[in-house]
Amino acid sequence: MKSIKTIADILNEHSFFEGLSQEEIQFIAGCGKNVMFHEGQVIAEPGDPADLFYLIREGKVALSIAVPPREPFLFQTFGQKDLVGLSWLIPPYLWTVKVHAVSLTRAIAFDGACIRKKCDEDTNLGYKLLQHIIKILVLREEASRLHLLDVYGEHQ
Amino acid sequence: MVPNRYRVKSNTQNTHDTFTLVLDPVEEPIAPFLPGQFNMLYLFGFGEIPLSISSTPSPNNELVHTIRVVGPVTQGMQKLNPGDEIGVRGPFGSVWPLSELKENILIITGGSGFVPLRPVLLTLAARKEEVKDVTLLYGARTPSDILYAQDIEEWEKSGIHVEISVDRPDETWKGNVGVITGLIHKCIGDPQNTRVYICGPEIMIKFALIEIMHSAIPENEIFLSMERNMKCATGFCGHCQYGPYFVCKDGPVFSFEKVKNWFNIKEL
Repeated sequence: MKSIKTIADILNEHSFFEGLSQEEIQFIAGCGKNVMFHEGQVIAEPGDPADLFYLIREGKVALSIAVPPREPFLFQTFGQKDLVGLSWLIPPYLWTVKVHAVSLTRAIAFDGACIRKKCDEDTNLGYKLLQHIIKILVLREEASRLHLLDVYGEHQ
Repeated sequence: MVPNRYRVKSNTQNTHDTFTLVLDPVEEPIAPFLPGQFNMLYLFGFGEIPLSISSTPSPNNELVHTIRVVGPVTQGMQKLNPGDEIGVRGPFGSVWPLSELKENILIITGGSGFVPLRPVLLTLAARKEEVKDVTLLYGARTPSDILYAQDIEEWEKSGIHVEISVDRPDETWKGNVGVITGLIHKCIGDPQNTRVYICGPEIMIKFALIEIMHSAIPENEIFLSMERNMKCATGFCGHCQYGPYFVCKDGPVFSFEKVKNWFNIKEL
């Protein structure tokens, strides 16, 4: 019989939560809930409160920016094991991009405000989480640079 | 070296700027080739350029070259019709290591860098029982720039895991968007049993290597195909010098271990 994984089981297997104690994992898991988005469903719009961030379990979400009068510019997708949403970390805690599900997506939604409060109280946990977040930020910054270079363009 | 005469069997447009020539020898074929090697194709009256071979060896000595239009010679080649003749010198250069395969194979490519890796994928699809996992990460500018769509479908059927990511999606695209290097970390499960093959724009290779270096894949299991301005293809003219190497003769396929010291030197 296939056993059902708890949120804590999933966090234990994910590199983002590597190095966290079981107590810390249990706390973060307590701030998470399973969510599902249908294809095309909007998850967040620019200006929405960034109370939540997501760990994608299955499916795909897309990030886009509206650039009137042009069509919205879809610049990045995220899939399984990706973390989506970093605006919960810094004031004014508002989404800056539109996020929608490209396909049926299952994710864990975390209460960013709850984790932020805990990190303020427990700076050891806060430091560990920030180290992982910085890793993600660096990878995404590198990716953005490469994206800007339009490497497959005609100048190749 | 005198080129061998080949006749165009077919000329197929792959994308708006890329086409594939299938060539048959008119008389004597060139020597047998292996995946990773290139030929010098001579369009009479225009000039000679190096082009990767995009097929595996065939018993009838057929050659397949997928070519991106970038200048006058390739523009001329794009206009070739079945029956037209072209000169071929080759094969030249080093080959992708395809013996003693590792359990996991990761192929990272982007743009027309896919061309020299097609023979690797054709080989691996035919030898799937020798490896556990084969993953292809392929980056393209837009969905309409994707090469070898039919092959990709076949490779997926044979069990090869394929992830394509485009920089600029259109409204129909349901796949990944963003640079292909962003997917690398998800595809390295067992670094000590992984071999990597990379070919694409050099800047893409550099960023891919940054990602790969976050894992513990041995440097002698990372292979990349380099591109330089090759003229003679035999290591005499010096146009393609790369540190102590000539890309035409010692490359184009190098292990990262061999070229890592030359990789970040400006204008080399």
